[in-house]
Amino acid sequence: MKDIKVSVKDLSVYYGTNKALNAITMDIPDKKVTAFIGPSGCGKSTFLRTLNRMNDLIENVKVEGGVFIDDVNIYQKNIDVVNLRKRVGMIFQKSNPFSKSIYENIAYGPRINGMTQKKKLDEIVETSLKQAAIWDEVKDRLNNSAMGLSGGQQQRICIARTLAVNPDIILMDEPASALDPISTAKIEELIHGLKKYYTIIIVTHNMQQAARTSDLTAFFYLGELVEMDKTRSIFTNPAKKQTEDYISGRFG
Amino acid sequence: MNRTTKDTLMKSLTGVSVLLILFVIVSILTITFIGGWRYLTWEFITEFPKEGMTKGGIFPAIVGTALMTLIMTVAAVPFGAITAVYLAEYASEKSILAKTIRFAVKTLAVVPSIIFGLFGLGFFIKFVGLHLDNFLYGGELHWGQPNILWASLTMALLTLPIVIVSVEESIRTVPYETREGSLALGATKWQTIRKVVLPGSITGILTGTILAISRGAGEVAPILFTGAAYYLADTPHALSDQFMSLGYHIYIMSTQSTNVDDTLPIQFATTLVLLLLTFSLSMVAVVLRYRIRKKSASQ
Repeated sequence: MKDIKVSVKDLSVYYGTNKALNAITMDIPDKKVTAFIGPSGCGKSTFLRTLNRMNDLIENVKVEGGVFIDDVNIYQKNIDVVNLRKRVGMIFQKSNPFSKSIYENIAYGPRINGMTQKKKLDEIVETSLKQAAIWDEVKDRLNNSAMGLSGGQQQRICIARTLAVNPDIILMDEPASALDPISTAKIEELIHGLKKYYTIIIVTHNMQQAARTSDLTAFFYLGELVEMDKTRSIFTNPAKKQTEDYISGRFG
Repeated sequence: MNRTTKDTLMKSLTGVSVLLILFVIVSILTITFIGGWRYLTWEFITEFPKEGMTKGGIFPAIVGTALMTLIMTVAAVPFGAITAVYLAEYASEKSILAKTIRFAVKTLAVVPSIIFGLFGLGFFIKFVGLHLDNFLYGGELHWGQPNILWASLTMALLTLPIVIVSVEESIRTVPYETREGSLALGATKWQTIRKVVLPGSITGILTGTILAISRGAGEVAPILFTGAAYYLADTPHALSDQFMSLGYHIYIMSTQSTNVDDTLPIQFATTLVLLLLTFSLSMVAVVLRYRIRKKSASQ
């Protein structure tokens, strides 16, 4: 694997005294889609949230080991977490647009980072919405509230909102689990288009989704990384028996 | 007693309780209305009291109440809102400081209002005021006596718990996921609070403000020793002036007046003005709260 974007070394996460992740080590390549799969409670979402330090917000979380993004450990002391989150965007399971207009939702990120030029903002809003494949659906009602859109549209607004701050990496935490099949297909198509420009890491419950969208797949079980390989190998010829059992639906 | 009889009995009992409450409210409204509406004229609202307060209007009391309420709001709302932001956003659930503040707020809410009046007299007038006078004017009395500023600040303390509780509640109606969305875009915590959380809870902040105003406008005990005056020939021009207030005016007209019977229509009409004022403020709060509920239900 060339061009490593994220390199995780011996990472363990504790909630209080409960160990949620045990000594994870993995490399995530640049401008590819990497999927994390595994049964509920296996630690895949916890792991995703260590990559933009969203776990910092929860009390009583302890992180050991290192996460290196472009060779810099994001857990070292002098890291600016706000700046880190700008570079590592995140899409959540439940779409969470702000109760503002569609335009204001997209312009929010650039604005908090100090952008004030109306013309430049207009431009960012338009390109972000186009990149998120929702421009045609909303271009005539940019001033309407984003809360009035359908679930699938809201999720694409959230993706556009993340794209507007121009991150390097996009983390997606089961982004389509609350959506209907058509909206899901749209999101998957979108992921496919975005990987040219962004490193995408997606957590999913849906194995077909992992198989369809990702280049690499990592299988987590009980806080351990069981196996990580090219998606095709994982789904056709897994090295570990546990992976095979999970993929073939024998448990999980 | 068989089950059906019991059932009917309980139903009647609840009905009687409701009727009793309705009776009280309706009587208050009817009695004040019948007693006061004839006297409630434009002149009554815009004129000063005349002939030993047995004639004329209540203009200075309206102005005094309005000014006192305004100063109170300016003091209580920002202070209360900032405390609420701390409690809802910054304090950890387990922090001893937050627990102490919550306990203090709850205690403050049940302290009888006359105690606030005494506290205002002791703290603002005798302590802060007299020390200011010693320091600024070499002991000459300016701030060490009752005035509209000390009365408003005393009232602000009384209404503070209302503001804190209602603002904190409405901040908590903003979903956690919305905050996460903002933080994940590289917003700082303060940017998230200012641009997402506070705009999302603005109706709650307004409700708290209005509830505080309607409570403060009607209270008498806290301003009794701290700034309300029996009669003044003029409206207050400075923070160190005393003022007349609607609630206090009713109290003195019904107990201290030279001729209580003569002033009866004035008492009724003043009560009517005060009731209309506080009721309409509460109505605005109710409407705003209804709109928050509708909004948080649709999310």
